[in-house]
Amino acid sequence: MPSLLILMPLAGIMILNFAFGRTMKRSAFWFAVVLFLIQIILAIFHHPVFWSNELEMVDRFFNVSFSMDYISFIALLSIGIVSLVSLLVARCSIDNEEDRFNFINLLVIASIGMSGIVMVKDVFSLYVFLEITAAASFILIAFWRKRRALEGAFKYILLSAIATIMMLTAIALLIVLAGDPSFSVIKSALGRSSSSFMVTLAVGIFICGLFIKGGLVPFHGWLPDAYSSAPAPVAILLAGIVTKVVGIYTIMRVMISLFGFSASMGRVFMFIGALSILVGAFAALGQRDFKRMLAYSSISQIGYILLGFGTGTTIGILGAVFHFFNHAIFKSLLFVNSAAVEDSVGTTDMDKMGGLASRMPITGATSVIALLSACGIPPLAGFWSKLIIILALWKSGHVAYTLIAVFASVLTLAYLLSMQRRTFFGKLADGLEDIKEAHTRIRVASIILAAITVLVGVFFPLMFDNFILPVKDILLR
Amino acid sequence: MTINLMLLTAMIIAALWTVMGRSLLKASIGLALTSAIITILMFRLDSPLAAVFELSVCTGLITAVFVSTISLTKPLTFPEIKKLSKDRNKRFRYLPMIIILVGMALAYINLKMDFSAVREALPEGAHETDVRNVLWNTRQLDIFGQIIMILTGTFGVIILFKGTRKR
Amino acid sequence: MNELYWRIFLNFSFFIIMLFIAGFYCILVTRNLIRVMIGLELLIKAVTLFLVVACYVSGQAALGQALIITLIVMEVVMIAVLAGVVLSIYRHNNSLDARRLRELKG
Repeated sequence: MPSLLILMPLAGIMILNFAFGRTMKRSAFWFAVVLFLIQIILAIFHHPVFWSNELEMVDRFFNVSFSMDYISFIALLSIGIVSLVSLLVARCSIDNEEDRFNFINLLVIASIGMSGIVMVKDVFSLYVFLEITAAASFILIAFWRKRRALEGAFKYILLSAIATIMMLTAIALLIVLAGDPSFSVIKSALGRSSSSFMVTLAVGIFICGLFIKGGLVPFHGWLPDAYSSAPAPVAILLAGIVTKVVGIYTIMRVMISLFGFSASMGRVFMFIGALSILVGAFAALGQRDFKRMLAYSSISQIGYILLGFGTGTTIGILGAVFHFFNHAIFKSLLFVNSAAVEDSVGTTDMDKMGGLASRMPITGATSVIALLSACGIPPLAGFWSKLIIILALWKSGHVAYTLIAVFASVLTLAYLLSMQRRTFFGKLADGLEDIKEAHTRIRVASIILAAITVLVGVFFPLMFDNFILPVKDILLR
Repeated sequence: MTINLMLLTAMIIAALWTVMGRSLLKASIGLALTSAIITILMFRLDSPLAAVFELSVCTGLITAVFVSTISLTKPLTFPEIKKLSKDRNKRFRYLPMIIILVGMALAYINLKMDFSAVREALPEGAHETDVRNVLWNTRQLDIFGQIIMILTGTFGVIILFKGTRKR
Repeated sequence: MNELYWRIFLNFSFFIIMLFIAGFYCILVTRNLIRVMIGLELLIKAVTLFLVVACYVSGQAALGQALIITLIVMEVVMIAVLAGVVLSIYRHNNSLDARRLRELKG
C-alpha cells in the first residue's frame, strides 16, 4: 500500500482545510510532523508487508499502483528528513498563524509531489507529480512576495515550464513509438527499435528538460537566483531535496527503468557532470552572499552525483545514490545554518559577518561538520560517497574525470572554509555584539542533521549494506 | 486532410497575430482564437471530450485570467505605445520570415525524406475506446494528481493575490 | 500504422514545430512579462495538440483525452500561479518591463 503515502497526506490536507476551523489550523504543524515521521520510519524499515502492492482494501478501492525499489527508499528517506527539518525551521520563522498554516499545507503538497515522483511507474504520472512539486515550490518561493523572491520565482517558473514542455513533447513521441505511457511498455518498445531517429530525439529532449529542472550547468541560470531569494525554510527544501528529486533522481529513474542505460548517454552525463562540478565550484569561490555560495556549491555537488551515475558501472551508481542522500543531508544542514545566521544577523552578506562562532556555538560547530562532510574528510558521510564515486571513475578508466573530481574536492574545501572563516571564525564584526543563538527548533534541526552526517559516516558499513548495496539488484533487472 | 491543413494554417496565422499584435488585449484574444482552432482540430482528431475541456478552460478561463491580469496592470499612455510599437516592429519583423522559411524547409523534408525506417517501430492494435474507463481505471493516479494540483492552485491564489493590505 | 496516419502525424508535427517557433520567439524577444506568459501559453497549446495527434495516430484517442484533461488542469494552475507572480512583480516595480528584473545577478 505505498499509495497511502499519497492518499494519507491528501486526505489530511482536505480535512485540515474543509473542516473544524481554527482548532485544526493549530494542529497542522503536528499533523505534518507525524506525516513526515511516518514516512521516515516506513522508509528506514522498508517492511515488505507495507510496500508490496497487491494487498489491502486500499488498493482494491483505489486503482493506484506504484513501483518501489531501493533508490525510492533512499529518496523517500531524504524527502522525509529534509521536509521535517524545513518544517521545524518554518515553525519559528513564520509568526502569523494563517501564513504558517498555508505554508505547512504547501510544504506537505510539495512532499506529496516528491513522493509521487519517486514511486510512479508511468511517464505521464511522472509529469503530473513533477508539475505538482514545481507549482508548490513556486508558490513557496514567492511566499512573502518580496521583490527579489518574485524575480527568482519568475525565472524558475519560466525555465521550469519550458522544461515541462520539452518533457511533454518527448512523452508524445514516446507514445507514438510505444502506444502507452507506462515505463515497462515503453522500455520494451524502445528495446525493439533502439537506433531510430525518433528515439534519439525523444531521449534527448526529455533529458535536456530534466537538466533544466535539475539546474545542471548549461541550464543553471535560475538556480542561484531562486535559492538565494527564497525564504529560509524554502531554501532548505529546494536545495536539500526538490531540485535533487526533480532533476537528478528523475534522470536516474528514467535512465534505469525507461530508456535503459547506454554508453553514449553515460558520456554525456559525465561531461555535463564534470562541467557542473567545475563551474559550480569556481563560481562559488567568488560569492559574497551566504545562500548564493551554497547554491553554487549545490550545482557542483549535483555534478558529482551525475558524474558517478554516468560511469554506468554498478559501483558508480551506488556511489551516486549514496551521494544523493549525503548531499541532501549536509546541504540542508548548511542551509539551516544560513537560516540561523539570517535569523540572528538579518543579512546573508558574508562581508558583514565575522566571529559568529563565539555567539552561536552550535550553528558554528554543525557548520564545520557539514563543510567537512561536503569536502569529503573522513570519517564523515560525504567522504565515503565521494570515495566510491572517485573509485568508480578510476576503475572505469576515466583518469581525467577522476582528477577533476579530486581537484574540485579541494576547491570545495577552499570555498567552504573561506565561508566559515568569514562568517563564524575570527574577530566579532562590528554591530554584532548582542546577537543570540538561533531559536531552539533551528538548533534541534541542525543537531539532528549533524548527527545523521556523523553517524552515517561512522557506521558506514551498516548504512551501506542495508540501503545502498541492495540498489544493485534493480540494476541487474 | 485538406480541411485539416487549412485549419492548421489558420492556427499558425492566429498564433502570428497573437505574437505580433500591438495591444496586449488583442494578443490575448488571438490566443483564444488559436485555442478555438485547436479545439476544432481536436474534434476532428476523435477527441471530443478533450476538445470540450480545451474550449471551456483554455479558451474561456485562461483568456479570463489574461484579461484580468492585463486590466489589473496600468495601460500605457499613447506616446509610450507609439514609441514601443516602433521598437517592437523592429524586433518582431523576423518572425514571419522565420516561420515561412521553416515551413518551406519542412515541406521539402516532407516530400523528400523517407521515414519508412521509423514507421516500422510504430504500434498498432485495438485499445480501450471509452475515455471514462481509461480515466477511472488506468489513469486514476492522474485524477488524484489533478485534485492535489487544484488544491495547490487554491493556495497559490490565496497567497499571491492576497492584495496589498499588508504593505 | 498505415500510410495515411503517418501522413497526418507528419503534417501536424510540421505545423506544431512552427507554433513552437512562434512561442519561443515570443518569449525570447519580448520585454513584457504578460507577453512572456502568452508565449508560454502558445507553447503549451502546441504541446497539447501534439499529444492529441500522437495518441490519435497510435490508435489511443481515449487515452489521449484522459491525458489532455489532466494536462489542461495542470497548465491552468500553472498559468494562474504565473499570473499571480507577474501581478505581484507589477505591484513592486509598477511596470511590466522584463529588463527591470535585473536585481539578481550572478
